[in-house]
Amino acid sequence: MRRQLPILIVFVSGVFMVIQYFIPHESFEFIYEYAMDWIIIIGIFAMLLGLWSLTRASVSKVQAKAPGWGFSVMTLVGLATMLFLGFYKGNKSIAEGTFFMDLFWYIYTPIQATMFSLLAFYIASAAYRSFRVRTVLATILLVTALIIMLRLIPLGPISGVNQWLASWILTVPNMAAKRAIWIGVGLGATATALKIIFGIERAYMGKD
Amino acid sequence: MNFLEKLLALDRRIIFLFIAIAVALPLFFTVKLHIEVTPVVRNLHNALEALPPGSKVLVSLDYDPGSMPELQPMAESFFRYCFMRDLKIIIIGLWPNGPIQANSALEVILNEPDIKKKNPKYGIDYVNLGYTAGNEVVIERMGSDIPVTFPKDYSGSKTEDLPLMKGVKNFNNIDFVYNLSAGYPGTVEWVLFGVDPYKIKLGAGNTAVQAPQIYPYLNSGQLVGLLGGMKGGAEFEIATGHPAKAVKFMFSQSVSHALICFFILIGNFAYFATRKKKGA
Repeated sequence: MRRQLPILIVFVSGVFMVIQYFIPHESFEFIYEYAMDWIIIIGIFAMLLGLWSLTRASVSKVQAKAPGWGFSVMTLVGLATMLFLGFYKGNKSIAEGTFFMDLFWYIYTPIQATMFSLLAFYIASAAYRSFRVRTVLATILLVTALIIMLRLIPLGPISGVNQWLASWILTVPNMAAKRAIWIGVGLGATATALKIIFGIERAYMGKD
Repeated sequence: MNFLEKLLALDRRIIFLFIAIAVALPLFFTVKLHIEVTPVVRNLHNALEALPPGSKVLVSLDYDPGSMPELQPMAESFFRYCFMRDLKIIIIGLWPNGPIQANSALEVILNEPDIKKKNPKYGIDYVNLGYTAGNEVVIERMGSDIPVTFPKDYSGSKTEDLPLMKGVKNFNNIDFVYNLSAGYPGTVEWVLFGVDPYKIKLGAGNTAVQAPQIYPYLNSGQLVGLLGGMKGGAEFEIATGHPAKAVKFMFSQSVSHALICFFILIGNFAYFATRKKKGA
């Protein structure tokens, strides 16, 4: 029963979501909207699950004095501080000028910006080492990368030509490749969904 | 080890130093670059120009501070444009930090002299409905009932009590949707769950990394226009006749890109020169 019941729920829900799309009756719409609300509620509970999982992983790392356990202490302190400040004044805590928002703007924002900015340095270093004209394919990659990068730079009289080339690369070969990927992803997702609905794919239930 | 071999084995810290200088130094100078408005940006601008004053525009800010340099100027220029044209703004976020980013952009724009003269009022000219968990399901649910999906605004007021939200039930009451996206959920989800089932008019601004992924939706007509990275943001500012942050930052971005191209070229030069030498 522990396995059959989830499979039955998934089967009924999955089949309903497929057939409701083709039946524009208000009773189906009502159930569909109800299901949507459920998904949003589950999404909110998933956040709680994430919090629990993060806390548990960090606490066990600290207890075991695993390498880098100090970072886990910082994670827990940060988590507890933001949670406390967030709940302490409710909606008022997210008004500008509160301590909660100061922590957001002066700690969280610079950390995120720094993490993202590091990409510029690593990309530059990686581009210097890897964009070498070793083979025909590498040459195509290099020339394409240069055209796409140079479209961001005003190049005087050749800007127009470069813009046209960059636009052609983005709207023709790039789009063809992306469409192929999306179609592949779509077919793969449909196949996986069918396997889940019919109980062939059961990895979502975890291990016994 | 001769000079060319040293060049090939260049310490990455030297590259880092050059990049840091190339990014930071131009920020201290104001250089007017010639920025041409590309068709994808022009199309977005034209679609917005076609909206009559009083039209309701839903803005979904789906990014966090990591993508601020690219997307925040887009948010600011879009809000400025809406206020100048008397378009009504309804803000939401599929990312938890989105509505905070919106407030930050609004704070900048509402303090500009031109906008101050217009004196836009919260609840009448713009609202911030905050964040709701659920990713693409939120879009799907908004298609049938926006006040149910966002029962309260960012500051905790009832959505139904906000004058701007009177008569706004679902996407049928929204004239245009503008999405600023740095990943999932973002523009792709707005196309799949908003444009296709509910036929909303969608324009988007994306990070430069994400933009090529969005191009298929432009030619198919599912997306009316796209701002790709800071360049797209700068083009939009030019199109709206109000050059601002994105245009200013373009100089820094151009110099750093030119430097990367230069490094790639000298790297290849050194590679070929040393290979020829070894061959001989």
